[in-house]
Amino acid sequence: MSTAPRLTALDALHRSLGATMTDFAGWDMPLRYASERDEHNAVRTRAGLFDLSHMGEITVTGPQAAAFLSYALVGNIATVGVGRARYTMIVEADGGILDDLIVYRLAETEAPEYLVVANAGNAQLVLDTLTERAGDFDAEVRDDRDAYALLAVQGPDSPAVLKSVTDADLDGLKYYAGLPGTVAGVPALIARTGYTGEDGFELFVDPAHAEQLWKALTEAGAPYGLIPCGLSCRDTLRLEAGMPLYGHELTTALTPFDAGLGRVVKFEKEGDFVGREALTAAAERAETAPPRKLVGLVAEGRRVPRAGFSVVVDGQVVGEVTSGAPSPTLGKPIAMAYVDAAHAEPGTEGVGVDIRGTHEPYEVVALPFYKRRK
Amino acid sequence: MSNPQQLRYSKEHEWLSALEDGVATVGITEFAANALGDVVYAQLPEVGDTVTAGETCGELESTKSVSDLYSPVTGEVTAANQDVVDDPSLVNSAPFEGGWLFKVRVAEEPKDLLSADEYTAFSGN
Repeated sequence: MSTAPRLTALDALHRSLGATMTDFAGWDMPLRYASERDEHNAVRTRAGLFDLSHMGEITVTGPQAAAFLSYALVGNIATVGVGRARYTMIVEADGGILDDLIVYRLAETEAPEYLVVANAGNAQLVLDTLTERAGDFDAEVRDDRDAYALLAVQGPDSPAVLKSVTDADLDGLKYYAGLPGTVAGVPALIARTGYTGEDGFELFVDPAHAEQLWKALTEAGAPYGLIPCGLSCRDTLRLEAGMPLYGHELTTALTPFDAGLGRVVKFEKEGDFVGREALTAAAERAETAPPRKLVGLVAEGRRVPRAGFSVVVDGQVVGEVTSGAPSPTLGKPIAMAYVDAAHAEPGTEGVGVDIRGTHEPYEVVALPFYKRRK
Repeated sequence: MSNPQQLRYSKEHEWLSALEDGVATVGITEFAANALGDVVYAQLPEVGDTVTAGETCGELESTKSVSDLYSPVTGEVTAANQDVVDDPSLVNSAPFEGGWLFKVRVAEEPKDLLSADEYTAFSGN
């Protein structure tokens, strides 16, 4: 793209902190501030602060908002209660995944209101697709990308950090729930969601308030060892937690069933939905004759598998790595990969990854690599 | 950051020490270490290997990527830094000191290397 990258409301602050910036889906985003391993470990053991303002917010309102979203997405949005959130996907008519999404049902005003959060790289496509699918429904689809900055506080100490700057009932806020509140004097949608495998919060605020909130959270978090965290550690955190990333584990060439995420598809919901027919067939195929399965790989050596590398058995290609990185928590390289079903069972012998011509041995494991203690 | 004056530098971001009994020490610059991010794996040339100026002789792997390691000089490897193999983060924490990579008995005087000031101008750091 020749256009200049988009900047978040916190851009100047990131630069003053000495962040290494990177282009991500057309946005100039912090990759890391100092050591990405230190940032990763801070989130696993204490708390980390992220700017995620590149995520794509779309508001859906109107009397038929729920029915419309249940038609346009694979989940049953009609069953999402006020103040709750749902992980779901939007697919093409052929079942191919266009994006994975979180849908928050906001507090009811005159009409139901939902906040749909899409990946930065897919936000325009999701917006266009929802607008197109809204057709005859009495619902409005609104591009709210410029209306929100998104900050995340993640890690075991994140509730303590946030409690020191808000009176909102965080103890009553369950995982995958969201409530309006005030944080450090800033009106925010406080959601208990994240992409790190830890407890944590995502705060949707007016971009004009983003810097004030960032500074207040930095100050409140200092006694807990909270540090600013970039996208590099966000990627290793989500990989350890076995969470898929669009463009890697999820693509238009795969259905939710191919990705091992068939549970997000709700056939039992009322009315038709885009992809129903194709997904019915995909569900049956996944049940009877799955072509490949998404597995975890743990290296025996120290060389790191990267996206696109071949998974091999006896010199034959049996799969492909979708994400790979050195795992700070395990202290070994790890990867997610789609592997032929015959070699996908945890403990399968003789599986390797072709790393620049050398077949390095890998152990097949069940996902996730890391699960937090509750 | 500052690039030590007594070293010479390649455009591939390696540094080369002054010769001591015909042997020079090689590492990567702080600029390169910062660009890589946390180094997690170092594959270094082995003692006895012949390395050639401008050609790859190993690799450095970081969280986000893998980079070829180029030799800034031609000669025979006399030592590889086992400390870096055991703890690759030394490349980040002390790129010009404890994070050195290998030593070479220099076969021919290297050409086209930059002074510290020239490298600083070249890398912008």
